[in-house]
Amino acid sequence: MEYEAVIGLEVHVQLNTATKIFCSCSTEFGAAPNSHVCEICMGQPGVLPVLNREALDKAVKAGLSLNCGISDYSKFDRKNYFYPDLPKGYQISQFDYPICGKGYLDIDLSDGSTKRVGITRAHLEEDAGKLVHTEGAGYSLVDLNRAGVPLLEIVSEPDMRSSEEAFHYLKSLRNIMKYIGVSDVNLEEGSLRCDANISIRPKGDDKLGTKVEVKNMNSFNGVRKAIDHEIERQIFAAENGERIVQETRLYDAAANKTHPMRSKEEANDYRYFPEPDLPPVCVTPEEIDNIRKTLPELPREKMRRFEKDYNITRQDAITLTDDFDLAAYFEECLKGYKGEPKKAANWIQAEVMAVLNELSMGITEYAAKMMPATQIAELLNFVEDGTITGKMAKDVYAAMVDTKKTAKQVIDEKGLKQVSDSGELEKVVDKVINDNPGEVEKYRSGKKNVIGFFVGQIMKETRGQANPKMVNDILTKKLDQA
Amino acid sequence: MPEIGLKDVENTAKLAKLEFTGAEKEKFAGQFSKIVKFVEKISELNTDDIPPTTHAVEKRNVIREDSVGESMPIDVFEKTAPKALDRSIVVPRVIEH
Repeated sequence: MEYEAVIGLEVHVQLNTATKIFCSCSTEFGAAPNSHVCEICMGQPGVLPVLNREALDKAVKAGLSLNCGISDYSKFDRKNYFYPDLPKGYQISQFDYPICGKGYLDIDLSDGSTKRVGITRAHLEEDAGKLVHTEGAGYSLVDLNRAGVPLLEIVSEPDMRSSEEAFHYLKSLRNIMKYIGVSDVNLEEGSLRCDANISIRPKGDDKLGTKVEVKNMNSFNGVRKAIDHEIERQIFAAENGERIVQETRLYDAAANKTHPMRSKEEANDYRYFPEPDLPPVCVTPEEIDNIRKTLPELPREKMRRFEKDYNITRQDAITLTDDFDLAAYFEECLKGYKGEPKKAANWIQAEVMAVLNELSMGITEYAAKMMPATQIAELLNFVEDGTITGKMAKDVYAAMVDTKKTAKQVIDEKGLKQVSDSGELEKVVDKVINDNPGEVEKYRSGKKNVIGFFVGQIMKETRGQANPKMVNDILTKKLDQA
Repeated sequence: MPEIGLKDVENTAKLAKLEFTGAEKEKFAGQFSKIVKFVEKISELNTDDIPPTTHAVEKRNVIREDSVGESMPIDVFEKTAPKALDRSIVVPRVIEH
């Protein structure tokens, strides 16, 4: 039987505020254990949590970027369960009146098609603390620095049908959150966390199968692999007549397997009730409009604009807009570059990215410390006006990276100039022709591709500085004579 | 709404990590049932156009600015826990997997 997978994602985005969601403790990452805790985030009796404006504004901004309706009445609820990383015995979350309602996200798939994934809701909640386990010890240690850090949980509709779609949804969601500046969205550091609800059904069926929740996918590849593995596991179970049980499974990246998680008490009986300490939140249309005005161009709009305005391929546009700062670098370069944007796009993707990979450096640091985009523009302009060849440009660039000199300085110092003097070039061409009578014979007897041999020889003679187009013209003319 | 039975009381107690004797459970089952019946009285009225009351106060939008304040000194923090070690609260080992 052919099966179809049905996938929905629950994504937790840590909002990058200075303080926690309900108290003024810092959200700094990596601080000494319990240095950012107070009576409120520890859940001491008699304290009063108060909502952080920045967390609220960022949640609204995120919602708007995902085409969500923003609720004009929103409230907080207590989600009750016991766990040592949850100091109050309940998590403050939002149950029936989330801040963001229905929305959607359009994603571009590898085959060039577009898919719309529905967003069910997005709500604000507080993060839990962290448990530290020491090997062999009979105890665990609780660090509450993370307890109370604001999270936005974004819940998708079960609209995805493959790990590929889930991967693109997550990537696109991450890029948007990064573009709008509400989160650092780092899967590895935990500022972006993703759980997947996965079920299978016979292809063509409308009824949803029993869903399994998969947690602990800590990388983009992990998400893809974990989903693939879980789909396979469920199909195998179904085909062998096993019943799929509704449960939570943890993904083990090392073994590429999922295994059932020991259930936390009576699963899903969270007995939500309104948080009496936090009055409801009413966001006005004016406030929403003001936040909407702060939204930058989103990744997908930028991608489309790049593709259209700069006449570059879809894939190039996707690569360049994948990172907000890389896109900015490209556009900064175009301001000074006189040639076709396509050439700058190629250069940045090939040469600049290679250096970034080699140095494990981000584009922002590279632009600040190594090479501003204007210098790439200057270098490419030297190719464009014929001062140097494209091949020479690579050497110049390597020298620029090594010495932090400008393209002009490198070219002047090395005496690198493209030889475009036709008299000079003719001399070299004549010499090469005279030195290789055998190859000339081959050419004249119809083996036109030996022209490559001549070009190679001429480049060798001129140490790569000959203007390739002129060489070709002169060479063809001379070889075709007689 | 059906009567609240012993099973409901037991389940609620379990979720709240509380333990009761048989007599206590019987007593609570009776009291819970009375409470639910009392609340049910509201269904005698037509409440179609009345939004649910979730808060006893009328206040809305109590919000603070995002500026960092002082946290608790670590020595005070450690005193709040029955047992502390390495700036952390010690709890029985939690096995997550």
